[in-house]
Amino acid sequence: MCLPYFTLYTFRGRHIGLPLQKQSSWRTYLSDKFDVIIVGAGPAGSAAALTLARAGLSVVVFERGEFPGAKNMFGGVLYTTILNRLVPNFWEDAPLERQIVKRRFGLLSKQSEAAFEFRSEDYNTKPPYNHSFSALRARFDPWLAKKAEEAGAFIIPETVVDDLLWRDGKVVGVKARREGGEMEADVVIAADGVNSFLAKKAGLRKDFKWNVLAVAAKEVIGLPREVIEDRFGLEGDEGVAMEFFGDAVAGMVGGGFIYTNKDTLSVGVACSIDAFIGKKIVPNDLLERFKSHPSIRRLIRKGETLEYSGHMIPEGGHKQVPQVLTDGLLLVGDAAHLVNASLYHEGTNLAMASGLFAAEAIIEAKKRGDFSKEGLGSYHKKLTDSFVFKDLSKFREVEAWAHANPKFFTEYPDLCLDLIKDYFTISEKPKALIQAEVYKKFRKKLSPLRALVELNKVRKALF
Amino acid sequence: MNIAVCIKQVPATESKIKPAEDGLDIDRTGLSYVVNPYDEFGVEEALKIKEQVGEGKVTVISIGSDKTVEALRTCLAVGADEAIHIKDDALAKGDTYITALVLSVALKKGDYDIIFFGRQAIDDDSGAVGIQVAELMGLPHVAGINKFDLNAEGRTAIANRQIEGASEIVETSLPAIFTCQKELNEPRYASLPGIMKARQKPMTVWSLSDLELTAEDCGAEAAKVAIEKITSPPVREAGKKIEGDVPQAVAELVRLLREEAKVF
Repeated sequence: MCLPYFTLYTFRGRHIGLPLQKQSSWRTYLSDKFDVIIVGAGPAGSAAALTLARAGLSVVVFERGEFPGAKNMFGGVLYTTILNRLVPNFWEDAPLERQIVKRRFGLLSKQSEAAFEFRSEDYNTKPPYNHSFSALRARFDPWLAKKAEEAGAFIIPETVVDDLLWRDGKVVGVKARREGGEMEADVVIAADGVNSFLAKKAGLRKDFKWNVLAVAAKEVIGLPREVIEDRFGLEGDEGVAMEFFGDAVAGMVGGGFIYTNKDTLSVGVACSIDAFIGKKIVPNDLLERFKSHPSIRRLIRKGETLEYSGHMIPEGGHKQVPQVLTDGLLLVGDAAHLVNASLYHEGTNLAMASGLFAAEAIIEAKKRGDFSKEGLGSYHKKLTDSFVFKDLSKFREVEAWAHANPKFFTEYPDLCLDLIKDYFTISEKPKALIQAEVYKKFRKKLSPLRALVELNKVRKALF
Repeated sequence: MNIAVCIKQVPATESKIKPAEDGLDIDRTGLSYVVNPYDEFGVEEALKIKEQVGEGKVTVISIGSDKTVEALRTCLAVGADEAIHIKDDALAKGDTYITALVLSVALKKGDYDIIFFGRQAIDDDSGAVGIQVAELMGLPHVAGINKFDLNAEGRTAIANRQIEGASEIVETSLPAIFTCQKELNEPRYASLPGIMKARQKPMTVWSLSDLELTAEDCGAEAAKVAIEKITSPPVREAGKKIEGDVPQAVAELVRLLREEAKVF
């Protein structure tokens, strides 16, 4: 693909007639040329924009939504280590909901639930607590974008970017879906989300397989503050992150969640697309099923559904991360498939980290005036040297393990809950006999050796 | 040709509106805003006239909080030349008369040949400001136009108005005030260069004192009407779902239509 030069010289109506051989100096004719164009004003895009604008680079951010965050969604917990580097003392004015001081993982069968819950007062001392907060993206994303805007970035909402501009095999700008929509920059950052068309257009990624993507359906359910605090055992702005597996999501690869906000709950399910296809169930029906489970129903009782949303999540992990850069183009956030799909469920923090690293790499590249793949190479190195790639690498087997071991989502939870139920069922049967029966039942389903092997698999993949 | 367009920033059409707790305003939390769609027809017509005449200036004027700047920038991005933002805390409780009073003073400071308004703002649907400004300025007023033509010398204008079962064609001397109806034109989208240029276009901010008005002139006491109460429309009753086999369900439906709904 090659850029038709004449459009460049006419797109502001006053550059006609510039001789083609003057390519090296043509830039000086375009007063509106930017150092960096960012496509997408989510956490990754805004983190990059903020960092670049602060360093004095000229930045324009295209956002297809009506405002930054209008089309964005996540489960509900934000990790904020990188945010604190971007906006020190962010908690003073960021629109956060509650600090997460309690984590809970529930295993559900049709009738029963076993849960692991951890709560620590050490997570509850002073901001930034444990660097985990529940949040709503429709509020958080505009706030972060505003920070970037205040630092000097120029944000253009309601504008879709359809394509990249190329010259001599290098990305030199974008084509936005507006009249006169071609705009040039030294570097383009694709922060355009999981389904990044720019990454695809640049040949950095192929079409996805269904097993590397999850689909989430989520409702924001309104409840009075006091009800939330009483029902979930919270005081003040404390919050809890609850995740559910097994029958919560019909035994599919994935899980359900409830995160407490100030006066709403984020309630949803997220499962692998191939699991939806295999079960022939649509996300909305799965969410309804989750909400009606006896263990969940009680938690959301009398709540009013205020919002409904759905989104794809790139859960393929390390193996699915595409090439994150090429000449004049960097991929950040979901566009670079940066999601840690282990029990940490970390996405937005990785997104902000990648945005920050991309910006730092561009600032370094600008000093040398080299925006080639090599010139921008420190972006890849920063990802590799940080928790971003280290964590993705550590958990690289999660997705493969989950798909290769469906029993962990169906048979084993049921067995486990069944055994616990038998163990605690009160009768006049001697307890020794009950225990013997429980053990016998367990052995019948699973040999102790097999159980150890399976547990080791979990340990390797998830911990 | 010097053209002014008075615009208002209103909640987006798809907004879910509910009354605020005091019952005197709507709850504005979480609302997104747009330029009043009828005002967009005014902006577009102004731009078309300027293009047709080949010279002139289009000024957009609005009253409102800092957020109003977004609406003014949107108009600059589609092609208006400059913006006037009238901002004063004292204006928060005004009615249409106060709005008209302030706008008329602001408009008198410019030498406008044509002044456009939307026929009504889609938030309060009063449709009163344009005509009140005309009265206060002593100018001719043509309401709800769906076609506008400038005559050859640019001294008069001919506008069409849709009236019951007919189209009324009105000629007026200029300067004059027109309020814009649907079908007047098809508002354009901002081009990317337009958006970029909008940043550099002049935006004048006026407070009441710049207009030689006082808070007493424009406060709640000076208003001609006051909002008594804003309430939600009555909630529609939930529908009824008939369960069971088709033959039984149909029989039940027929019974309900006959006995409860009494349709036959």
